[in-house]
Amino acid sequence: MDVLTLSRLQFAVATYFHFLFVPLTLGLSLLVAIMETMYVKTGDEEYKRITKFWGKLFLINFAIGIVTGITLEFQFGTNWSRYSVFMGDIFGSLLAIEATLAFFMESTFIAVWVFGWERLSKKMHAAAIWIVFIGSNISAFWILTANAWMQHPVGYSLNNGRAELASFLDVITNPYAFLKFFHQLPAAYTVGGFFVMGISAWHILRKSNVDFFKKSFRLAAAFTFIFAVVVVITGHLSGEEVAKYQPAKLAAMESLWNTEKPAGMSLLVIPDPANERNSVELLKIPKLLSLISHFSTTAEVKGLKAFPKDERPPVTPVFFAFRIMVGIGFLMILLAFFAWRWQDKIENYPKFMKILIWAIPLPYLAIELGWTVAEVGRQPWIVYGLMKTSHAVSTAINTPQVATSLIAFTLVYTLLGIADFYLLFTFARKGPKEN
Amino acid sequence: MLNITWFILWGLLWAVYFMLDGFDLGLGALMPLYAKNDTEKRMIFNAMGPFWDGNEVWLITAGGVTFAAFPKTYAVMFSTLYTPLLMILFALILRGVAFEFRSKIENPGWRKIWDWCLIVGSFFPALLFGVAFANIFKGIPFDVQGMFHGNLFTLLNPYGLAGGLFFLFFFFMHGALWASVKTTGMPAERAKNAASKLWIIVLILAVIFLIYSKFATSLYNNYMAHPIMFIIPLIAVIALIMVRIFISKSDWWKAWFASCVTIVAVTYFGLGGIFPNLYPSSLDPAASLNIYNSASTQGTLKIMFVVVLLCIPFVIAYQIWHYITLRHPVNEDIIHDDEAY
Repeated sequence: MDVLTLSRLQFAVATYFHFLFVPLTLGLSLLVAIMETMYVKTGDEEYKRITKFWGKLFLINFAIGIVTGITLEFQFGTNWSRYSVFMGDIFGSLLAIEATLAFFMESTFIAVWVFGWERLSKKMHAAAIWIVFIGSNISAFWILTANAWMQHPVGYSLNNGRAELASFLDVITNPYAFLKFFHQLPAAYTVGGFFVMGISAWHILRKSNVDFFKKSFRLAAAFTFIFAVVVVITGHLSGEEVAKYQPAKLAAMESLWNTEKPAGMSLLVIPDPANERNSVELLKIPKLLSLISHFSTTAEVKGLKAFPKDERPPVTPVFFAFRIMVGIGFLMILLAFFAWRWQDKIENYPKFMKILIWAIPLPYLAIELGWTVAEVGRQPWIVYGLMKTSHAVSTAINTPQVATSLIAFTLVYTLLGIADFYLLFTFARKGPKEN
Repeated sequence: MLNITWFILWGLLWAVYFMLDGFDLGLGALMPLYAKNDTEKRMIFNAMGPFWDGNEVWLITAGGVTFAAFPKTYAVMFSTLYTPLLMILFALILRGVAFEFRSKIENPGWRKIWDWCLIVGSFFPALLFGVAFANIFKGIPFDVQGMFHGNLFTLLNPYGLAGGLFFLFFFFMHGALWASVKTTGMPAERAKNAASKLWIIVLILAVIFLIYSKFATSLYNNYMAHPIMFIIPLIAVIALIMVRIFISKSDWWKAWFASCVTIVAVTYFGLGGIFPNLYPSSLDPAASLNIYNSASTQGTLKIMFVVVLLCIPFVIAYQIWHYITLRHPVNEDIIHDDEAY
């Protein structure tokens, strides 16, 4: 394998792994902040125990998110140096702003929160976790703005063989970034919500600390339902944005080979990229694709064949990732709706609680699939329409170097992942400390 | 002018990074010297526990700012130093996780694994940052295309190793001083003892490094041209002597502060020598990357300058508050604390 393929694999390993931990950081920090606010407001010691129990799980997860985040920043320089030269003027500043604005805040105040229980006033202590939550969301905003620029570059001009910043305002008000933000963050909150509901259900089923976990469950149920609905709405709006700016990605998401006007959508499809067709295409609903992608029953939707072969993304992974993500999205709304409706008598629904335990991985899976759609769907471009991924890889590195580091990443990350999930399981099952 | 300002800021981020992470790297690497049983080990972990993460963000920011202000330097530096940088990265990953994971499980085998992750994961960055920066002072073998003509062993040349050992022992001493103020009982006693011995080694290595730099690098050219700049190494020397004076007075906080000042001055001494280069080439002066030929546009530099000017004072303020809030020495009771590492 060449440096390009290995570097892409390494980026995939580093990113997928990093993003197993970030969503829970974003989602659970909000829930823990709400829990501690309840404690400050009511003075009820039970809320303090709730905060500490979920806070511990939060921290076990947080550690891995932090340390694996450095890899992502380093990799742009180590493996994608031509990309870094080409768009450092824009992309680099967004990363640097993320670090100065958000990372310092997160890392400092999380330590204050962990070690400050006895040293800060109740209010100040609760403020610390809110600052961590705000910091992690600010961080998400900047990194999503950076990614949005790769999907839909704006506010630049091409000079001296690189993309130079023409309008900072355009870059940070990229509509693509805002939709990403309001799609990704609610998605991350649902990870936190399902995590709290699933673990609470596990304990309620075993009749351990029932009051404690019912209280936790109630904090998460309505929260999860609201954000699950928001995710689907902003997901739909993101789809319209893709239709507008990245038609080849949309065609791959739907496995649409021929341009149609208006375009229908088949419910059951199996792509056959080798023959530029679908081997199965059943239950076609006329005009549906035009309607959901352009909000019109007459709009034309470009098929993959309208693009040169070397400018089409890989169809099969993008298509299935998208379909499964959407399926999970709707399933999550359904589950969260019933969780919310039954929150006061959840102990009467043991079967549903079992489902909720198994639902913990669902939002994780949806998020990883969503990023697959976004990133694989952007191929062969690293910056849509401006630079191809194959032109972005570093020239100073060789195959043995990258092969070694890829193996090392895979090995180290696998072991860390096992250790982390082992700790999460252990502490989740152990339940809260006795008074 | 803007480019020069960015050079100074760039240097500041590295200097503060070495000043802060320097103590937890140095302390982590020598943990077994100060801690003989599990309770003492936990004292050492908790002496660094609230700070290591915030310290490391200075590195992330230094990297990010290099990317933003000098993208070409970022690209060539990170790709030509691929292997050593990834070694540093793996080390930092393992030691970072060690803090959170180690004391969560009461199994001695589990704890031993994470102890080693901390020790090895602290040792290598301390050494390799020194090796990397000494090589940068000397010049890195890369051409105008940004192609690297060498391998990991090219960097392990005598001057590179001299720089590595200097950094390593400096961080050892800096860490020992931190343990002196942040722990109590036996670990603090052992650390205080070690600090005064380490000081002598640091002094010897510093002298070797300064003299060796005369022959292996052209760092002194800038100083000869502008003798006023000698004030930077002078501050370093005076601060290092102050470390010794405060140690003999058992004034440990002041000794640690003097050590901080020395690290900042040493970093600026090296960077002052390579100015206006950021990443000099040893093969071809035309390939060297400097604050002009590798910089972002003036517009980006301006925007980033405003961002940094608005944010960094706040960061410094709340990090100082954080250090003050959690400055209390760690004692043996720490192991009964549910939040402690």
